[in-house]
Formats: sequence, C-alpha cells, structure tokens
Amino acid sequence: MRPLVAPSVSVLNLGIGDFAATARAGGARAIHLDWRPPAADGESAWALARLFGDDSDKDAVGSRIDRANREAMSRLLDAQPVLVDVARRASEVWPDLGRTILHAGPPIEWGRMCRPMRGAIIGAILYEGWAGTPKAAGKLATSGEIAFAPGHHRGAVGAMAGVVSPSMPLFVVRNAARGNIAYAPIADGGGRSLQFGVYETEVGDRLKLIQRFIGPGLKRALSTLEGGLPLKPIIAQALHMGDELHGRTTAATSLVFRAFTRPLLDAGLDRRTVVAILRHIQSTPGFFLNLAMAAAKAALDAAHGVADSSLVTAIARNGVETGIRVSGLGERWFTAPAEMPSGVIVPPYTAVDANPDLGDSAIVEAAGLGAFALGAGLGLVTAVGGTAEAALDLTRDLDSVTLARNPAFTLPALDFVGAPTGIDVRKVVDNGVRPAIVTAIAHRQAGLGQIGMGLARAPMACFVGAVAALARALGAAS
Amino acid sequence: MTKQLIARAPTIVNLGLGDFAATAREVGAAALDIAWRPIGDGDPRLAWLLAQLAGDPADPESPGARIDRANQQAVARVLAAQPMLVDVVAHAREAFPDMGRTLLHAGPPIAWERMCGPMQGAAIGALLYEGWAADADAARALLARGEIAFNPCHDHGAVGPMSGIISPSMPLFKVRNDDAGNVAFTNINEGIGKVLRFGANGPEVIERLRWIETALAPALKRAVTAIDGGINLKAIQSRALAMGDEVHSRNAASTSLFLEAITIPLIQSDLDDAMLREVLRSIDGNSQFFLNLSMVSAKATMDAAHGVAASSMVTAMARNGVTVGIRVSGLGGRWFEAAADTPVGLFFPGFKAGDANADLGDSAITETAGFGGFSLAASPALVQLVGGSADAAVAYSQEMYDITIARNPALALPRLDFAGAPTGVDVRKVVDSGIRPVFTTGMAHKVAGIGQVGAGIVRAPMVCFSQALVALAESLGVG
Amino acid sequence: MPIRSLVKADLYKDSVALMRVAEALTALSGVRRATLLMGTQANKAILAEAAMLTPEAIAARPDDIMAVIDGANDAAVDAAVARMNELLSGNLAAERGAAAERAPRSLALGVARMKDANLAMISVPGAYAGAEALKALRLGLNVFLFSDNVPVEQEKAIKELAQRKGLIVMGPDCGTAILHGVPLGFANVVRRGAIGLIAASGTGLQEVMCQIDRRGEGVSHAIGAGGRDASEAIGGITLMQGLDLLAADAETRVIVLLSKPPAPAVAAALLDRAAAAGKPVVALFLGGDSAMVAGRKNILAVRTLEEAAERAVATLRRRATPSRMTRAPSLAGVKREQARLRADQRGLRGLYSGGTFCSEAQLIWRDLGLKTRSNVPFDKDLLLVEGQKGIEHAVVDFGSDEFTIGRPHPMIDMTMRVERLLKEARDPAVGVVVLDVVLGHGAHADPAGVLAPAIQKAKAEARAKRRYLSVVAFVCGTEQDPQRRSDQENKLRKAGALLASSSAAAAWAAAEIAGFGKNMAKR
Repeated sequence: MRPLVAPSVSVLNLGIGDFAATARAGGARAIHLDWRPPAADGESAWALARLFGDDSDKDAVGSRIDRANREAMSRLLDAQPVLVDVARRASEVWPDLGRTILHAGPPIEWGRMCRPMRGAIIGAILYEGWAGTPKAAGKLATSGEIAFAPGHHRGAVGAMAGVVSPSMPLFVVRNAARGNIAYAPIADGGGRSLQFGVYETEVGDRLKLIQRFIGPGLKRALSTLEGGLPLKPIIAQALHMGDELHGRTTAATSLVFRAFTRPLLDAGLDRRTVVAILRHIQSTPGFFLNLAMAAAKAALDAAHGVADSSLVTAIARNGVETGIRVSGLGERWFTAPAEMPSGVIVPPYTAVDANPDLGDSAIVEAAGLGAFALGAGLGLVTAVGGTAEAALDLTRDLDSVTLARNPAFTLPALDFVGAPTGIDVRKVVDNGVRPAIVTAIAHRQAGLGQIGMGLARAPMACFVGAVAALARALGAAS
Repeated sequence: MTKQLIARAPTIVNLGLGDFAATAREVGAAALDIAWRPIGDGDPRLAWLLAQLAGDPADPESPGARIDRANQQAVARVLAAQPMLVDVVAHAREAFPDMGRTLLHAGPPIAWERMCGPMQGAAIGALLYEGWAADADAARALLARGEIAFNPCHDHGAVGPMSGIISPSMPLFKVRNDDAGNVAFTNINEGIGKVLRFGANGPEVIERLRWIETALAPALKRAVTAIDGGINLKAIQSRALAMGDEVHSRNAASTSLFLEAITIPLIQSDLDDAMLREVLRSIDGNSQFFLNLSMVSAKATMDAAHGVAASSMVTAMARNGVTVGIRVSGLGGRWFEAAADTPVGLFFPGFKAGDANADLGDSAITETAGFGGFSLAASPALVQLVGGSADAAVAYSQEMYDITIARNPALALPRLDFAGAPTGVDVRKVVDSGIRPVFTTGMAHKVAGIGQVGAGIVRAPMVCFSQALVALAESLGVG
Repeated sequence: MPIRSLVKADLYKDSVALMRVAEALTALSGVRRATLLMGTQANKAILAEAAMLTPEAIAARPDDIMAVIDGANDAAVDAAVARMNELLSGNLAAERGAAAERAPRSLALGVARMKDANLAMISVPGAYAGAEALKALRLGLNVFLFSDNVPVEQEKAIKELAQRKGLIVMGPDCGTAILHGVPLGFANVVRRGAIGLIAASGTGLQEVMCQIDRRGEGVSHAIGAGGRDASEAIGGITLMQGLDLLAADAETRVIVLLSKPPAPAVAAALLDRAAAAGKPVVALFLGGDSAMVAGRKNILAVRTLEEAAERAVATLRRRATPSRMTRAPSLAGVKREQARLRADQRGLRGLYSGGTFCSEAQLIWRDLGLKTRSNVPFDKDLLLVEGQKGIEHAVVDFGSDEFTIGRPHPMIDMTMRVERLLKEARDPAVGVVVLDVVLGHGAHADPAGVLAPAIQKAKAEARAKRRYLSVVAFVCGTEQDPQRRSDQENKLRKAGALLASSSAAAAWAAAEIAGFGKNMAKR
C-alpha cells in the first residue's frame, strides 16, 4: 500500500504533460508517461484494466492470471529441450497422417494460401510422388484429395512455408523437464529451398538426400549420445557468439557441427557419409534454425494449457494471416492479416515483391529469442536494416511485453541481462508494443525463393482478440 | 591565410583556460575545449619535437607530411595482407636452420638472469623437452652457464604467447602473407592449465609437448596442406569479431571456426579413427587454440608493413615479462623499451593480485594489428574482467581510434555498426593524446611452473612511444 | 567452517561472467573463497588444484555450473548463495540507453521505473481514464483523476476498490489538489499550513485556498473528490475518505469541506463523519439548504467560498467567530460605476472560466431576487439558450463541456470569453460584466494580458454607442503564483475594470452597480 498522506509524493502522470512539471515545481518527483489509448474504445480499455493483477488482492481476476502466468513461465524457463532422435519419416510419427501436408501458421485452405506456400506444397507432392508434374501436383492440391493442417496442431514447426509431408524425416526434440515432444523438418537449404516455395529438380534431389542419408545418419549419430544432444546450452553459447537464433544461427550451426562430428564418427558411418552430412550442416544457412524452433516449441508447449494464463505460447504466420495462441485459451488461434516485413531486400527485387510475413519460425520469438534477443545478434542488424543501438533498444523495448528475463539466455551487449521472455497479451495491448519478429522475406511468387531479411511485427488485433477472449473466459468482460 | 581570420566568424579550438572558450561562446563564436595535458610526461623538449613532426598537407616537404605519406603506405600493406595458414613445420630448426642451441622467447631481448619466473620455467621445460638436461637443476645450471642462446621470437618472424619459448624440436604453424609474400611462424597452443608457456615444466607438460610434436602436428600438417591455398586466417578472425571474440583473450568463436575448417580435411586424411578423434578432441576442448593462429596472422600482417622509411606506425608490441618493447616501421629492428606494467583483472580460484607476473608475451601483436583491446567492442564479455560494462568495452575501442591510422574494413565491429577496427598505432598520436594502447591479456603466476592465475587488461608504457618519437625525429634530422 | 557446493544444471554462462560472480561473492563478508565454473573436465582439474572439488562438483556435467563457496559460517554461505542466485538470474543490469531515456508507456512500466510511486495523475480522454485508474489502483497507487466524462459505473467501481485497498481516487473531473505542498493539476501556489481541505469542486477549492493564503494562513493538504462524488450513485466515498485522512493528519487543525449539495443520504453521512472528526469542520454545500448543516457540533456552516476561508482562518486563530458574512461591504468605486450606467442598463452578465464561481454568482443573485439564466443552471427552467431574446441576467460557465470539447480550457485559452465580452458590450441592456481570472500552475501565463485589451475594447464599443459598460473582475490566485496576483490586478485595473477581492464580492458589487441589493432604493 502506498499511503497518500505520506511524507512524500511520487507521481506517475499520464495525459497533460504540464501537470508533471507542476508537481515537480512543488517538490515532487514525477514521471510523465508516453501514454496512448491501449484499446480502440473505452469499453475494451476497461475490460483490459480489469485483467491486471493486484498483489494485495489475490482474488482479483488479474491476480489469478498472474498466478497462472507464474506457473506457465516456470514451465517455459525450466524446459530442457534435447534433440533425442531423427524420425525416419513423418508418417512414422503420425500413422494417421495419410495424405495430409502440414504447413506453417494458423489453418488455411489451399485457395487462400500464398504462392510460396503453394509452391512448397507442389514440391512436397512431387517429392512424395503423388504427382509427376508441377501442373498435376497443383491440380491434386486443388482437388481436395490432399488434407492441409497446421504443423502446430501436431507439435511440429517449420520455417517459412513449414511444409511437412509424410516421407520427410523430422528432428525429434524432447523437453526433458516434462517429457513433451516437438518436431521440425531438417533444413533443406538456403534461399532456394522448398520452404521458400521453390520446387525445381535440385530441391527435390536435396530432399531425397536428406531422406536417404542425412536424416538416417544424424539418427545414428544421436543414438551414440546417451540422453541425446541438449539444445539449451548450444543456444546459450550461440547468444554469446553473435546469434539471435532466428535470422542468424551461424554460431549455433558451427556449434552443432562440432557437436555432431564425434557422434557421426562413433556411429560407424563411412567417412564419406560423415563428410556429406557435415557438409550439409555447414553449407545450409540456418541449419540450426529448425532446431531452435523445435526447442522453442517444446518449451512453449509445456507452458500451454495453464488455465487463466495470458502467456503467448505460439506466434505463427501462414503468409496470409498471423495467428497467436495463448496458454489459458486452449487451441484457439487469434488471427489477423499478416503484415509486410520491412528490411533489406536484395536487388533486383523491391518491397513490392515481398510476400507477407510467413512461417512458424516466430515460435523462437515467443520463447524469447530472435527479435527478443536481437541485442545478441548485432551481426544481423545491418542485414535487417538497423543500427546496433536500435537493436539494443528493440530488445529493451520488448522487455515491456514480457513476463521474465531468461537467466539461461543472456545478452552480452546488454551486460548479460537475460533475454526478455514470455509475451503477456495484456502487456502487449496495454503498452502498445507489438512483438517484433526477425524474418526472412520470401518472394510473393512461388519458385523465386528468399529475397531479403527484415523485421515484422505481430498484428495488434491478435492480442486485442486474445485479451477480449480472456476477459470473457474469466467473466471480466465489461 | 590571415585573410581567413576575418573572412568569417571565428571557430575556435581552445586549450588551456576554459574561460576563454566560454567568453568566445558568449559572443556567438563556436568554440571547442580541448582536454589538454602536457604531452610526453611533461617534457617540453619532447613536445617541441612532436610539434615538428606534425603533418601538414599544405607543406608536402615537411617531416610530418613525409611521415604521413609513409604511414599511408605502411597501413595500406596492413589492410591488404592475406595471411594464410599454409603448413605445419615439423620442427622449428627446419624453419630456422641456424638455430643451434637457441631458445626463442617473447618480447624484446633479455638475458637469462633478468628473465621473469614463468619465462625461466618455460626455458627449463624446453631444455627437458629437448633432452639437453636430465632434470630441472641440470637445466638451470646449463642456463646459468650461458650455454643456451636466447633470441626474441620476433627476430625470426615468429611469435609465441606468454613466455613464447620455442625450442628447435617444436613444430610450428607457418603462415604466408599472400599479398606481400612474407612468412611468419608460431608454436601450437598446448591448452589451458599447466602448460609450458606459463612456465610449467613438469613431466605432464613435457609429455604434452611430445604429443603435439609427434601426433597433433603431423595430423594438422596433413589436413592443412590438403586445403588448396591454405586456411584464410583473416577471414576467420573477421567472422569471429562478429561472434564475441576480440581474437586475443577470447578465441572461442575463432577456435570453433578453425575446427570447422579443419574437421572435414582431417576426416578425409588417412588418420586412423583413434588419432582422428584425439586430434579433434584436443582442439575442441581448448577454446584458446586459435590464439597462436591469431597472433601469427597478425605477425605476417605487420611484418609486411615494417621497414617503410619515415613511417611512425608501430609494427610490433611485445612483452618479456620485465619490459615492454615496441618496434616502429621506419626505425628498423630497434626495440623501444620500458618496464612492463602488471595487468588488472580477475583471478582464478586460489589466486590473488600479488601473484601475477608483469605483462608478458608476444600476443600484443594482435593489438598491433587491430585485434584484442582495440576490438574490445566485439567482446563485451571480456571487459567484465576489469569490472566494466558492455559500454566500457565499446569505449575502449573508440579510444583506440584516437591513436590509430586507419579503420580496417575487413575487421568490422558489429557493435559500432560495422566500423572497421582501429588499426595501425601511430607513435605520434600516442604521445600527443596521452592515450596508451590497451591489451587484453592472460596473467601468469610470477613463480615458474604454477601457470595462469587470471586474465585482465593492461596498457603499453608511454616511454616506449616517447623514445620512439625521439628516434624518429633524429632519423629525419629534426630536433 | 562450511564449504558448500552446488550445481546449477543446464545453465551455460561465459567463463568471464562466472569469474565476475565469484569475485562479487568473495567480496561478501564471511566468504573466504567462491568459485563458479562450468563443469568441464579441465575446470574440474582447476577445482582439484584449489582443493575445492567436492562430490557434487565431480558429478556436474559440462553444461552445468559448479559453484563452491567456502565461508566462515552457514549464514555467510547462505547469503552468498542467495547473492549468487540473484547474480545468475540475468536480471541485474540497469536500464541504459535510449529505452531508459524514453518515457514509460504504461503505468506498470512507470512503477517499474519509479519504484516508490504513490500517485497516478490521470488526464487522458475520459473513455480511457477509468481503465487507467483501475490499473493504477491495482498497482497500489492513489489516483488524481483530472479527466471528465468517466462513466459513473466505472467511477463507482474504482472508488469502491480504492476504499477496499485503503487508497483514494481524487476525481474524476478533479481540477486541483495539493498534497504535502505538491500542487496537482490546476493548482495555485499557497503557503503550507494547518488548514486541510476536502472538496467536490475544483475552482471552489482553488478560491478557498487562495483566500486562506491571502489571510496569511496555509494549507496542509487539499483533496479533490470530483463533482459527482456527493451524488447518490457514488455516495461520497472520496469525500468521506478525505475527511478521515484530514481528521487523522497531525498537520491539519481545521478542515474545510466543500461540495455542491449532496444527495440527502450522502449529506447526512458526511456530516456525521465531519462531526466525529475531532477538529473543527467548516462546511459549505454551495446552493444547498444551510439548515442541513446548521446546529451540528464541530461543524461551522458558511454560504460563500470567501466566507469558508475567513471562518477557517478565524477558527484556526481561535478568534471569535465573525458575524455571518451575508454581504460584503461596498467596494470603493461601486458608486462611480453605478453613476455612469444609463438607467436601462440593468442586465448582469457573468463570464466565468471557473464552474464554482458561476454557481456562486447564481446563488447570490438569486438571493437578491434576480432571475439569472445559465448554461449550468440550478433550476432547469433557467437554462440559457443561445440566441434567446429578452434575457435579464445571465452567467456562462465556459469550462462546461459544450465549450471545451476539442478546445483548451478557458483558463488557458480566453478566445471564447473575449468574443463573448465584446458581444455583451454591444447589447444595450447589459450594464455589468463579471470576469474571473484564475491563476496558478496550468492556467494561462498572463490572463490579464489578454483580457485587459479586450476590456478596453468592449468599453470603447459601449462608449461609441454612448453607453457605459461596467466590468467587475476578481483574481483567484496568490502573490506566489507564477502570474502574481497583484500584477494581474493592476493590468485589469488599468484597463478600467473594478477589482473585487473574491468571487462573492464581485457578484455583490455587480448587482449593486446595476442597482440591485443594498442601494437599490437610490435608483
């Protein structure tokens, strides 16, 4: 409690700035807030205000949310994602998969998909041998004979188009703290890869190489490691080596290259195969991204489903819409039209060629990496068109929408503070700060691949929708 | 010229009484105060010499203008250097055939009696390793009798960390500067803990040196020579600067990158499985493995810039644990020496400030080329050694811009929005500004054989630079 | 001499960072040695060398932190472990850089920045203001709510919550307050003293404070409650909290309670509370039935703002209570003004920036039997309609919503009043115009500087029509206010205005000039 008739007055002022100056003139300390309306109307603002916690009133709706968030956050921060296996094929993980193709982001039907996603699906159909030509593949996709579902619905995450088809091998990441499992495909290359909607022959060949050699080889290597390969220490070290673990995974990839060398040699593979696998790791930009995503997914899934929690447990984009999920709000997606990333686009392309924000990779932001750790990835900053100071500021700014600083993931350039972690939908709406996402930019046409890197923001409407739903769920709607 | 004085309102640079600038500002003139102190430890003679060596673009014949031109030429060679790891020499004596019973050591020349504890310990270890003495007492006696010659590594185009002892049987990395064609050498990093470079000389140290000679070096030789053109060390250093290394005291990223570069060639070589694993493990487990490679890369770079007449650019900074010496491009092989300072920093468990030896090792060659303390902005972790914040790390780098000739575009510092690392120390700027070059460094126990006690930061003594300045003035007939 | 050894599982830290932590722990008193290392083989060898390799450390994996603390006693080691956990939490670095310079965006962030904040001052648009107030209360802050147009349900909800939490909500529509000498909102600079005020009236509160200051006494605290607090819906929550606060406050020796007439139940509760305050309470229910207040122990009923100040000061000084000020003495100059008006110039006009002054004028003129129309009338039948013909007397509150939506408050921007003054000057039936001039923080930097030329111009226009226009002005403010009362009064006087000492005095003087009241018989 802060008694009013106390020996001193310390003021937070919002609205008329002069009032702060008046109070200061009278000897008080005063901070003037940079206040903006937190909602579209007073009613929503009131509903939001009712969701804030109160340390001295444990029965308040907001205090219930705070308690739930503490539980959700401890699950998120305590997660210990370990790469334990590589599944030979997705259909072994999910025997009921049939002719389903998983994709990034919230649910979307073929007719509404963006072109890079369609391109990736055509590539996947060709790879599966369900059609012989791109045209036939497109027809099949249109026919309704192929089912589409978000990877998130099966505990899987994929970069960009996020396409997973039944024959693709998958990384299996187990959260040792709680036993839940997450999956991600093995990165198939850089900008001209399936996940950017490129389905030319070389892409198919590389997918086959992954299926026949790389996946099985990594599987055997992992089998020599008792307990698997812990990913959290690799992520922590990479943050000290210039990675923010979304747009830049150079250091983590180098560390995972090192981590796999010995097990690959121990697995009894012939040296040519070992070299081929190591080359694939080394030559695939963002090889570690998929592992970072699966680690994030494993940690966030553990934090999902805590009743009353306002923690964001997924941010995902299908190239048309961005969707978020909230721990206490079940399987529901809160969606809004995906925004255009802004950043650096490689000539001859320009901003008009860019596809709207795409991919499940924003899961790493939900886990406190990527843009939330941009202060660690200063090497990336010019690639997304900013300055080092602005990057540090972004990380500091995102602190205002998160619930904790992750003691395991610290940021050297910010004097080793933990990365701001765990997005609270209430804080996003209240502070008007939208979570930032580091992202690759795909060409809006299928087949042209990556054209740039940039930053995107998750749409405010996702969070406004989630806050309204939370208010309803808790009987606090106005 | 004088016309300019009244052609427009004066813009004033004020040094001395601050009030004068304030007075000028009151009437609307622009005025900047200079944080002026008497230069060169307050010696007016030196101040006058320095003034005479100041550059003047309008007077190309002035000594200072000659120096400026020479420095541009020297620093251009630094920026153009292409140090490539091309070979591993099986034994130092093959690289230096006239070596005989000589030990190379770090820093400027020093006699056995004057050597610091760690260097003496390392020398004793080298004798044991070479089989010149059966035990430490015998080695000490031999050394005391003066039967072993000592020579700075630098005189042989070589560099070695800490005591820097190189004996004839030690294998060496060989680096060729593809731009200028010169070569440079360094020994192979032994790891951390009880190691020769810190003066340890027990049986396990000697054992380790033999393993390096007989197993590691031949394996690395096979892998390195299998790589067409060798391994580009500058590229690794450059990438490492974006990965948290300043590539002197922190080499975690560069070691990782080197390991990545050498792994596939090692696997593809005819090493047997056991040896392959041992070699990989030894590098993987030693996060300082790249230190020696960073040093030799810098040495190959700076040697190419040495010997430019009239240049005031520093081409070597080295410490023998008693004195710090620098060499200057336009001043030949001469060392300008002063007593070494003791680093400040953090200590390993069980050690305290009084245990540390004075500044030691050739590793300051990395700072000479723009790494280490000069690139501290890349490595906020390290500045914690002296209790500093990430901002303090940035401040060190920014300070070094004040005493250097160029920004090396190949060594971009992400924290400074990819500004090139400050490169090429100008002795004139050091004396004029009073800013001494800063080194990140390991700290050795002052007693031989105990090893590393911590890590920290230290600066080069001013006297080295003021002496060099006097010599430069003499060489140019100024004074 | 305990050596404690801990393993922090799966927590990678840079070796230098760990050395920093170890150094910080070693600096603690009672800690002999402290070591933190990642659990690699090489590091275990280092621990072994230092005779600190405990069984726990031996069991550590390379991704675990080995911490070994050697202390003089268990308490010292406990403290070191706690400090270690704090240092490893990743939470310690202070905010730096532009983000630290930037203003916080929300109350929660503001509290994070100013940990001892105890008051939120809210003047955002009314639709959002209630929500911000609710958040402030949840954060344990008291609230000064300047915003108006806050829904009454929200006002009730936040005030009830505040009451439960022992916090206070001043407002909504609270124009001014002073706490510990700190002016909030539109506040005058008054000396500190022993009179505490609690008011559901913004300008009324300012006027009473200024009148107290003018009489040489000062204010302990002045608490605003908001215009609606005394309504039945709200039940006087803040007024009663304010009374309790002032009753309990050692600095406060006399209390002034100021409000529009409360709902009957609220009035009764308030007066009961006031009677139990244990110190004298000067009560003014402006426009209410004074019988409601009269006859209660400890409570002194008054009828005007100035009288409230006078009574409070007298009570404080333990002077005999002065006779009831039903009427101020005639001002010097009234007669001269009176003489210059033509006989048909009987119309009174009050052009106010302060709502309470507007009310006070209506009451005083009503008591003189005058029919006064207003945009905020006491009686609905007396509503002033723009363009209406044949108006006898009228007062306008320019601070009322219809004038302030999308425009600055008339205390800041006098354009509307100046236009209206010139318009009244052209009306041949108008004899006297009353103007208030409110000083203090937040008000116009030189209101008289704007009004004086307008007064001159209005008088000139009347003169051109062979009439006289009498202008009576009063300044609500103090000598310490940034605008300085005497300076402002001089400017107005030079422009030809007759200066009254208070709102009530001005209303009386105006009536007298126009031939009503005491000297009516003369006309």
